[in-house]
Amino acid sequence: MPIVEGQLSKANKVHTEIFKNYETKDKSALIPLLQDIQGIYNYLPENALKDISVFVDMPLSRVYGVATFYNQFRLSPLGENVIKVCRGTACHVKNSANILIAIENELNIEAGQTTRDKKFTIEVVNCIGACSIAPVILVNDDYYGRLAVKDIPKIIKTYSKKTVKKETGKTPEVGAA
Amino acid sequence: MVQLTINNIKVNAEEGMTILDAAKTVGIKVPTLCHLKDLFPSGACRICSVEVKEHRGLTPACAFPIYEGMVVETNSPRVRVARKTIVELLIENHPQDCLICVRNKNCELQDLSETYGVREHRYVGEKKEHAIDISSASMERDPAKCILCGRCVRVCHEVQKIGAIDFTGRGFTSTVTTPYNKGLNVSDCILCGQCILVCPTAALREKSTLKEVASALNNKNKFVVVQVAPAVRATLGEEYNMPLGTDVTGQLVTGLRRLGFKKVFDTNFAADLTIMEEATELISRINNGGILPMFTSCCPGWVKFIEQENPELLGHVSSCKSPHEMEGAVLKTYYAKKMGIDPKDIFVVSIMPCTVKKFESNRAELSEESLHDVDAVLTTRELVRFFKIAGIEFSELPNDQFDNPLGESTGAAAIFGTSGGVMEAALRTAYYKMTGSNLASVDFEAVRGANSLKEATVNINGLDINIAVVNGIGGVKPLLEQIQNGVSKYHFIEVMACPGGCINGGGQPIHQKAEKIQKRMRALYQIDANTKMRNSHENESVKILYKEFLGEPNSHKAHEILHTHYTDRKKILNS
Ligand code: SF4
Ligand code: SF4
Ligand code: FES
Repeated sequence: MPIVEGQLSKANKVHTEIFKNYETKDKSALIPLLQDIQGIYNYLPENALKDISVFVDMPLSRVYGVATFYNQFRLSPLGENVIKVCRGTACHVKNSANILIAIENELNIEAGQTTRDKKFTIEVVNCIGACSIAPVILVNDDYYGRLAVKDIPKIIKTYSKKTVKKETGKTPEVGAA
Repeated sequence: MVQLTINNIKVNAEEGMTILDAAKTVGIKVPTLCHLKDLFPSGACRICSVEVKEHRGLTPACAFPIYEGMVVETNSPRVRVARKTIVELLIENHPQDCLICVRNKNCELQDLSETYGVREHRYVGEKKEHAIDISSASMERDPAKCILCGRCVRVCHEVQKIGAIDFTGRGFTSTVTTPYNKGLNVSDCILCGQCILVCPTAALREKSTLKEVASALNNKNKFVVVQVAPAVRATLGEEYNMPLGTDVTGQLVTGLRRLGFKKVFDTNFAADLTIMEEATELISRINNGGILPMFTSCCPGWVKFIEQENPELLGHVSSCKSPHEMEGAVLKTYYAKKMGIDPKDIFVVSIMPCTVKKFESNRAELSEESLHDVDAVLTTRELVRFFKIAGIEFSELPNDQFDNPLGESTGAAAIFGTSGGVMEAALRTAYYKMTGSNLASVDFEAVRGANSLKEATVNINGLDINIAVVNGIGGVKPLLEQIQNGVSKYHFIEVMACPGGCINGGGQPIHQKAEKIQKRMRALYQIDANTKMRNSHENESVKILYKEFLGEPNSHKAHEILHTHYTDRKKILNS
């Protein structure tokens, strides 16, 4: 069945533009499509997943399942500040688990989530290549190394004051896929 | 033929068989969890691991084909340790609720634990936690009890072709759930319950209304009556170790009386009534250029499906209420008046093979003066629990008969419980209505059996009527596409959402016996064959109902009480 315009959601212009590069019902297009959509919004909005599910003719549950399987996909928009907590081996040995918990407690969200005021997102990554200063976190482009739990509130305070100008239209390179 | 050795036994098996099937032919049982007969192996759970000579690791028997000279060991110490470890790991990430679990003593995880002699907790660690999804009127999802075998996912995607649930996340956080973990009530789910039938644990189960029924029975001011669907009598015996396909109608009536129901009625009565209305509707659509093909409307799973997926085609669905709703409607109008009972005091309970019927009975459209036609629906499985609590030894019960007038029925009604039965019953009466005489032979073999699509052309009075019968909701999609593309050749299509029809409904006894569908079907056709009256229009009580109350089939009164309308659920779900 050809895709009928009405079957797609309201934001369909953007999506149909992307769909032009793929065959209707081509199930192997699923992952590239998810990547393209995330490239536009920085995350995967629900109506985009619905449109993809109609386009590739797969149940929404499967599209959602794939989107949640891979770490590279994000289902909620990023906050102004992205905190990447390294959980690689060196950091692990240096107790990065506690650092992560401290950040989660401070912001009252879990890894992978964004605060309600959209200020912060916490992400867990597997080694950011700064093992010498483990345990390390990365806030936007700033590295903080040799951290202790007591350092966390201060770091977060610094960023909650600043308003970062939002860049759009660019996929942030987040962690390992 | 391929020759191989399993546990030192020489086995000759057909080429292409899996180790699992070859072992079965010589009486060797290999346990399975993720395996589903007739579906492509998934190899996910590894409980079927066996040793194959020259293979380094263990081999999944359910997925690996046999070859000439293969040497298999299904019961080596290494195999047993591997299987036991898998079971132990599953148990440790499972709420240990067995004593209070609805699947206690009917759980594959319990069976495996027992088989491999798990007697201690060796792995203690974090357990997953999930909320129970009670959002739908029919089913509950309890993902904490899920062991991720994936059987529900495969039935929902590959058999039913709905795909309401799937694996999400990965590793420890992996869960079988709906998109965005929302309630089943706002997902694509049609509540057919086929996933419940394959779930090895209680992660998927019906939403029980036993408490409501019990309290109604205790309420002195309520006149509590019960009706039984055609398919229940052909399956209930399985719960009492009777052979597949035993007809237990007589004992069922006795059991229900002993539970305290004032009257025990038969949904088959209303099945005959449905046929009177539906056959008349069909003929009038054919004669008056109405919308064709016409679809049957007895299956609420199918109705929910078309409301969600193709609301633009709802005009094709017969406006008849389903039989148990008709029975309820007649009870709260005609019967109430006749007996001098206030309809508000009548409490109608339906014993159904189906989970969607619970959802259906909650529909606002299905009511008389704001009283629901049916007040509570119990599945076959819930009835068994009810008998147990009440100390009713079902196998020992004597036979009894349904109460009248809503207990009389013909053979045509009996077969409503199987795929093709509604079609066959309707054709018998449509033939009579169009020709004025009964068919010489009423058996329509072409619409019988378990094929997912059955077609035939029936010539009545020189008119060729093309019919189709679909069971398993996935099979209806191509037929809907034909209608959308304006190329459907059919006049009349029967749809039952469950593979095989109601005899394999989502509320039926849970076990994995492969021959169940055929044998249950046979039981219903046997009832039909043994009945003197085999045409719905011969039902005397139905005739009287028309004379005293409804007038004619499809009359104004009949429309008011026995017909309904549908809702565009696509709009609701997308808003
Ligand atoms: S009830 Fe039917 S439609 Fe719903 S999840 Fe289960 S199998 Fe799928
Ligand atoms: S819900 Fe049941 S059938 Fe589905 S994956 Fe979990 S254990 Fe298996
Ligand atoms: S039954 Fe063979 S891998 Fe699950």
